[in-house]
Amino acid sequence: MDFNDTPEEAAYRSQVRTWLETNAPKKRDGSDPEGGDSMAASKAWQAKKAAAGYACITWPKEWGGQGGTPVQNVIFGQEEAKYPIPPNPFQIGLGMCVPTVMTFADDETKKRFVGPALRGEEIWSQLFSEPSGGSDVAASRTKAERVPDGSGDWLINGQKVWTTGAQFSDYGIVIVRTNPDVPKHKGLTMFWLDLKDPGVEVKPIHQMSGGSGFNEVFFTNVRVKDSQRLGAEGEGWKVSLVTLMNERLAVGGATGAGWSQFLETARNTPGLDGASALQDQAVREKLADWYVQAEGLKHTRNRTMTALSRGQTPGPESSIGKIVSAVQMQELANTAIEMLDQYGIINDSDLAPQDAAFHWSLMFAPGLRIAGGTDEILRNIIAERVLGLPGDIRVDKDVAFKDMPTGR
Amino acid sequence: MNFDFSDDQKFLKSEARKFLEANCPTTSARKVLEEDGKAFDEGLWKSVAGQGWLGAAIPEEHGGLGLGHLELCVIAEELGRSVAPIPFASTVYFLAEAIMLAGTAEQKADLLPKIAAGEVIGAVATSEGPGVVTAGNLQATVTDGKLNGTKIPVTDGDIANVALVLANENGKAGLYIVDMADASVTKEAVKTLDPSRDAAKLIFKNTPVRRLGAAGEGFELVERIFDRAAVLLSFEQTGGADRCLEMAKEYALERYAFGRVIASYQAIKHKLANMYVKNELARSNAYYGAWALNTDAPELPVAASAARIAASEAFWFASKENIQTHGGIGFTWEMDCHLFYRRSRQLSLVAGAPRVWKERLVSHLERRNAAAAA
Repeated sequence: MDFNDTPEEAAYRSQVRTWLETNAPKKRDGSDPEGGDSMAASKAWQAKKAAAGYACITWPKEWGGQGGTPVQNVIFGQEEAKYPIPPNPFQIGLGMCVPTVMTFADDETKKRFVGPALRGEEIWSQLFSEPSGGSDVAASRTKAERVPDGSGDWLINGQKVWTTGAQFSDYGIVIVRTNPDVPKHKGLTMFWLDLKDPGVEVKPIHQMSGGSGFNEVFFTNVRVKDSQRLGAEGEGWKVSLVTLMNERLAVGGATGAGWSQFLETARNTPGLDGASALQDQAVREKLADWYVQAEGLKHTRNRTMTALSRGQTPGPESSIGKIVSAVQMQELANTAIEMLDQYGIINDSDLAPQDAAFHWSLMFAPGLRIAGGTDEILRNIIAERVLGLPGDIRVDKDVAFKDMPTGR
Repeated sequence: MNFDFSDDQKFLKSEARKFLEANCPTTSARKVLEEDGKAFDEGLWKSVAGQGWLGAAIPEEHGGLGLGHLELCVIAEELGRSVAPIPFASTVYFLAEAIMLAGTAEQKADLLPKIAAGEVIGAVATSEGPGVVTAGNLQATVTDGKLNGTKIPVTDGDIANVALVLANENGKAGLYIVDMADASVTKEAVKTLDPSRDAAKLIFKNTPVRRLGAAGEGFELVERIFDRAAVLLSFEQTGGADRCLEMAKEYALERYAFGRVIASYQAIKHKLANMYVKNELARSNAYYGAWALNTDAPELPVAASAARIAASEAFWFASKENIQTHGGIGFTWEMDCHLFYRRSRQLSLVAGAPRVWKERLVSHLERRNAAAAA
């Protein structure tokens, strides 16, 4: 038991370090983490990585990868993170959308799209969630109907929501209903489409946290060719499982302010009796609990990495990360704010401790507890896939989609 | 990255599980629990000694197997799973670790071979009453090599041949080795939450002692011994917590209510998912503790504290929610749920309660953060 690289891993890490030393940016370009100014820097860095084979390390060489291992991918990520690299708006596309295209599209389509995506020239979005279905994606209502002119083309109408990065994306994969007369999972089909089509309207969502990292996407008579279909008609759900299989790897855990920042803030905040709040026993016990959780997650990741290093499939323990970190983020932020007492209400970053990082966490954490699988859905997944407990009773399983009760 | 046990260690673990399934079904703990005057399962103790487990981490020159602490960790996890009613922790995690850590060549040569052979049962005696024992309230005293004082509770105090006792000498605390066969030692059994493990009140009257480690460094030595024990205990706790989750799952999959198995209700599924999350956090922290223990890393106090806190929380949660999942039958004497509920309390308190470890942990983090900032 140790934390050392194998000789092969060490050699790869050293090769990566040498390359980054020469090529990685030494100072951060652009400032807006949600796109904007930093996009040019992001694209330039992606192109550089692609040229050297570091953009999608685990992809086959013929598609611009290195045919590398998941561990090599993690090693590159660890080393890259030591530099002030620009934000990565390509993650969802390269982690989820393009692999789906590579699995289901024809050669011509793959040749057209994989390279530009890899090099960061084109960005892809994943269009799954809808106002009528977040956790229940299979309840999607956006529909595609054949154009009755014999062309085989389809017309897409409807709305998707919570689409990350749609405002700067070029293409997307979209799951739509093509047959409402069969039960919900059986009437779905997947397409890729051009998000610059005039029938596509992207509207940023104003989050409760103030930012706009996600969008609503409206489709009005968007015409797509049958050759843009990914997988067979009615097989969209199965195709989406291929996409979502990659989701856990693509959705990173935003952490916000952690125990260490809390400790420093407590040290400098008057507590009960005027002594440092860090001397309050209630504060200390909570701090201990958060540290233990954070360490538990860190070493769970080390266990996952070990499995990858040994060429094994990581165990289900990797599924606990977001449940623990999102809940902790909210609790820690709130405790920090209550520790500030009356002053805690102030979230001006010039006045609040840690540049108002706790206040930012407090307002962002509710979203993190929902995005990429709610706390509740993740518990279902652990219960069903890890522990082998039965699935929920599905009252909609054998009902034609059009006959399903929908509320409103 | 190689943050896992080796194939050999995993093999030892699976052999230990087979051995304990055959030799230590829960009826073993139940028997000790139910029979007045039965302090431990002597047959199991002998056969565990026969497996060489008592000396797993004791060097070969002192009669042990000389394997290492990682091997001891995998054994501990299996002992926890089977709620083994034997003085393994007192003898191996506390006494043997203490002697290996601070014993003179003579003390090692005297005690370690006997521990490895199963000829000596150990106990550690620090507590004297309700609350945390500190330099300010420690009463036991050593004068001219003779110990006077009272210790309560002392796990395995009834059956121990050798005890380590915390006492003041010349106004400063030290740790002392006591031969429990001495006529000056009075032992009274005390009733505890977990009668599947022995506990006693010990009264020393002019009892001859040998000092372990340096004079005046009793509390420091106890901390270092408890750090080592905490890692090993965290594996026992994790093993127990995992078994509780399995029991809850097995029951939930067979029990029908309102026309379907209760495992299909989200209230139960989410409860079990929460158990799983806590157990995995405990396991990962325990692994880090194992690494720190095995390599004698400077991170050991922090790693041991985290392991102990996470494991105490996981076993407590799993043992109480296992009863809840069982419903009424889980509250009966005949079901095994309470064996784990009781053991979770015993293991959480025996080396100091979680809140003590939380305080220790934060003190370390405070110093570490301050040092990093300086």
